[in-house]
Amino acid sequence: MLKRFLLFLIAGLAGLPVLAQFRVEVSGIGLTQLPIAITPFRGDDVSPQKMGAIVQADLERSGQFRLIDASGSGLDENARPDMSPWRQKGADSLAAGSVTRLADGRYDVRFRLWDAVRGQDLGGQSYAVTAGDLRLAAHRIADFIYEKLTGEKGAFSTRIAYVTKAAQRYSLWVADADGENAQAALTSPEPIISPAWSPNGAQLAYVSFESRKPVVYVHDIASGRRRLVANFRGSNSAPAWSPDGRTLAVTLSRDGVSQIYGLDAAAGGEPRRLSQSSSIDTEPVYAPDGKSIYFVSDRGGSPQIYRMPASGGGAERVTFTGTYNISPSISQDGRWLAYISRVSGAFKLHVMELASGNTAPITETSADESPSFAPNSRLIVYATKQQDREALMTTTLDGKLKARLAGQGGDIREPDWGPFQKQN
Amino acid sequence: MSMKKYVLVLGAALLMAGCGSSVKLDDVPVEDRSGASVAGADSNAAGKNDVASVDLDKSKQGIAPAGPRVVYFDYDSYVVKPEFQSVIEAHARYIKADKNRKVAIEGHTDERGGREYNLALGQKRAEAVRRALGLLGVADNQVEAVSFGKEKPAVQGGDEAAWSKNRRAEISYR
Repeated sequence: MLKRFLLFLIAGLAGLPVLAQFRVEVSGIGLTQLPIAITPFRGDDVSPQKMGAIVQADLERSGQFRLIDASGSGLDENARPDMSPWRQKGADSLAAGSVTRLADGRYDVRFRLWDAVRGQDLGGQSYAVTAGDLRLAAHRIADFIYEKLTGEKGAFSTRIAYVTKAAQRYSLWVADADGENAQAALTSPEPIISPAWSPNGAQLAYVSFESRKPVVYVHDIASGRRRLVANFRGSNSAPAWSPDGRTLAVTLSRDGVSQIYGLDAAAGGEPRRLSQSSSIDTEPVYAPDGKSIYFVSDRGGSPQIYRMPASGGGAERVTFTGTYNISPSISQDGRWLAYISRVSGAFKLHVMELASGNTAPITETSADESPSFAPNSRLIVYATKQQDREALMTTTLDGKLKARLAGQGGDIREPDWGPFQKQN
Repeated sequence: MSMKKYVLVLGAALLMAGCGSSVKLDDVPVEDRSGASVAGADSNAAGKNDVASVDLDKSKQGIAPAGPRVVYFDYDSYVVKPEFQSVIEAHARYIKADKNRKVAIEGHTDERGGREYNLALGQKRAEAVRRALGLLGVADNQVEAVSFGKEKPAVQGGDEAAWSKNRRAEISYR
């Protein structure tokens, strides 16, 4: 409690505008974090986007950084700063930059990163971007810093998809990984559920009830064109892409019971049945090597998570604790399974280490849904209810740092985290 | 001339003849060709002048059962309870009366639990009603079982009063 109070106090002193955008919750002790100071960028005060604040918020949400107060310092990427005052504040690293409007209306964004302990220049970058791409430039800076200091790939410039419901309108949004900059890909008077990014990040599959039954579309984000890929007799839902992008696994009730089938993602056509039971088999998700499919089945009497070969066939059970385990998501590094487990009536996000089978709940909320890993396997986005309002949260895999994402108004649910995208 | 028109004409003729009896046609079901109500002309019923108008277009389609079209389910159950058998029988009769009638059975769940798993649970409820109709002779190609899972509650609320009204299958003519 004291730690949380101090966090807000420091953030307030730093004048971080990000508090209006998201709330960070730190729980537990022993969180290993790299201390870093990010100064406001020179030009932030007149820029459409506060670059320093966006970089700070990204690094803080990762759970792997502790932000040191850097307000009021007038540094930029050309400075030769004296490192000892920064070391005295507790920073191991320092970053500064600038954002300058160019004659043609674009913005010149520059930054530099220093190792404050060794007094070393760790490099920097410069970008020329439109006002609309300023946030993306800040996310790329956060990626650069993250990669330099942790050795891992940052996921700050990736995108998420989610659904909102406001009055009787449902919208499918594509937003930055921090929940900002959302654009509606689809608006409908009927529900939309289960958005699923294609592996190349160009398309979203989803379930729409617009024709008064659930059917699956594949939607090209850039053009807005979409294809109806599953409208078989009965209900069609739960689309999941194979890692090579060629197959869509879906749940179809065409044979009188909800089962998992494979569809050619490009050509559609006749589905191949993959699961074989007379129970409910649903919520398929491919393992990152494409060789197996995790899914939910109640063949044992209650919903549990199983794994079968991607070509179908014999399934082995994966979850053994509790009587209701659903909504699997597998991290890209293949190590972790996130899922929802009902515990004493509460629906709680759990993370299992697949190699050992060890599993733990990681939230204090009781209406968790729809977990999805960031493509660097370091964060999970999920939907939940806080004070009876639906919200999207990100969490570290140990549950120690959570952040609530900004989002559109209304109830917000069904997040899916998109893939890494090629730099342009 | 159809039997119904004959009855109408006869009734009108009797009225004009001043026998003072009338034939109430509104209670004659579409399939009833017994003409039993014409026997009323033999009775000495006095002076009822009401004439029920029959709309032939409507009677061709038949009127969908005016009564309930929702079957409710117990928690975690997909069994059609005996108290709903009469609802299913009424709709089975109506569907069988016209091979071109199409009906969707829409399965729903209460709000608890995940969206996709609830979609599959709602589907089980819709399939149960579809099978019950099939057992009464309804052709399979006239019925489609679909699910809305927890997406379209009939009643908002987080208690059993609301939940019990949302665990349902609805019969929807399309």
